[in-house]
Amino acid sequence: MGRVFKYGDDVNTDVLFPGKYTYTVSDPKEMAQHALEDLDPEFSTKVKPGDIIVAGSNFGCGSSREQAVLALKYAGVAAVIAKSFARIYFRNCINSGLPALTLPEAARALNDGDEAEVDLASGVVRTNKGNFAFAPFPEEVQAILKAGGLIEYLRNRLSE
Amino acid sequence: MGKTFSEKVFSNKAGREVSAGEIVTLEPDCILSHDNTAAILKKLPEIGATKLKYPERTVVVLDHVTPAADSTHAANHKAIRQFVADQGIKSFYDIGRGVCHQVMVEEHYAYPGRLILGSDSHTTTAGAVGAFAAGIGRTETAGVWVTGELWLKCPETLRIKLNGSLRDCAAAKDVALTIIGSIGADGALYRAVEFACDAEKPFSIADRMVLCNMAAEMGAKNGYFPPDGIVADYLGESAARFAHMHSDADAQYAEELSFNLADVEPVIAAPHTVDNVHPARELAGNRIDQALIGTCTNGRIEDLRSAAAVLAGRSVAERVRLLVFPASAKVYRQALEEGLVRTLLDAGAVWMNPGCGPCLGAHEGVLAQGEACISTANRNFRGRMGHPDSEIYLASPATVAASAVAGEIASPEEYF
Ligand code: SF4
Repeated sequence: MGRVFKYGDDVNTDVLFPGKYTYTVSDPKEMAQHALEDLDPEFSTKVKPGDIIVAGSNFGCGSSREQAVLALKYAGVAAVIAKSFARIYFRNCINSGLPALTLPEAARALNDGDEAEVDLASGVVRTNKGNFAFAPFPEEVQAILKAGGLIEYLRNRLSE
Repeated sequence: MGKTFSEKVFSNKAGREVSAGEIVTLEPDCILSHDNTAAILKKLPEIGATKLKYPERTVVVLDHVTPAADSTHAANHKAIRQFVADQGIKSFYDIGRGVCHQVMVEEHYAYPGRLILGSDSHTTTAGAVGAFAAGIGRTETAGVWVTGELWLKCPETLRIKLNGSLRDCAAAKDVALTIIGSIGADGALYRAVEFACDAEKPFSIADRMVLCNMAAEMGAKNGYFPPDGIVADYLGESAARFAHMHSDADAQYAEELSFNLADVEPVIAAPHTVDNVHPARELAGNRIDQALIGTCTNGRIEDLRSAAAVLAGRSVAERVRLLVFPASAKVYRQALEEGLVRTLLDAGAVWMNPGCGPCLGAHEGVLAQGEACISTANRNFRGRMGHPDSEIYLASPATVAASAVAGEIASPEEYF
């Protein structure tokens, strides 16, 4: 299971990945080091592969920059669970291969340091606070997530 | 249980019952892109694709930086022209035809019940004639090109009832800004916004386009007016054809709001957020250097008429520049025929080519440090029209015209 990092409402794309890096930083490792830098400076040193971000409403509001998703993904984040997502951020998550789950009950129940893992195929988040069910993503979306993103998914699909 | 318009379009396209919240993969009827086609076409090799699945569903309009402002833009336009020729895209509109969202409606790509996706956030405008129209990202636009389909979440619906009728000095833009000022820039996050106006006093297509355009600034996925007789007349169809696309009487709405139009006054979104809305008279006297009439929000013939009503026989104040961008060549021609070109020219306005103009801060009237502009556009984010230390006020065409005459922010109330 991964550990939970818990944040509040309106976590915006500037704190997820500061605008000042958008044109200068593109190496995945380096991007991961700046993830959530302005909200939780220690995040990038604490996070381990498989960890999960839990947040309030309107997660990912602000600009449409795809780096705000990729930085988390490169840092090893396995999924983001929130009360709600900004529309473009949600789409960017799926299309970049990072599961984004709108699960208000789980978002309320889980706290920093809790443990959780997401089972995409069966539509359940297993945690030390109990299980939270969500409508599983349809097959096509699961396939995008599994491939690691839309570009990879389409590349596989076309080469078949 | 009844269905909302969005649920109907999604069910219809999916070939099964779809409810709000569900994710389904659908084939859009139309996929729109503009100057950003140059960036999107570069994704094809990354995907490993060379051909579009449905060139006949692909619409490309050059409008953002047209005519090309420099050699980079020129090279992009050139690459796009080559691309549409290679792919056999017939629905291609080169520079001068107009802003893409206006073209979508004028050329009847926007049509009741159609699913329209576009790589631009104001694709929502096509909801004015009863389409389900939403903006998407660039990578996924390339995906639609290649596969013809995309996953979409069926949105829940916020219904906004507009009761009564507007005062003469207030316009659809004032309604849109009043709503955004009240519900906030995320007030309709991820939702469909369905507008319902009084059947006795229906909104014009132009007014509906303003509201559906500004739905994007409420955070909405799409904006929509149920297609009625006005839309049917516009398309040369009978209204009965579209009745089944309206939301059912017992449809499940996430939220319902109503606004009394008689209470709407001329308002302005002050820098730097669209929900920073104040009555125009409270901001009167604030300094401006430029005034802009046009864009996909307010560049239609109705908007030019409204500006001309204020500007006729008057002059733009000496220290202010008034730029006019008709939303399309068709609008431009009609303005010419109605004598509006002359009226505005006599008042001291600068007529520009149909297109986005300086709305996105790339050319044709960008702002210098410390300058302020009052504009009929839809976004006033910091630096959008030029220097990061410039300011944008958003308002109706009448308010922009009144301010241009006053040489400072002014309410149009005294002109009506
Ligand atoms: S006019 Fe402005 S808001 Fe409309 S499409 Fe062009 S750049 Fe975008």
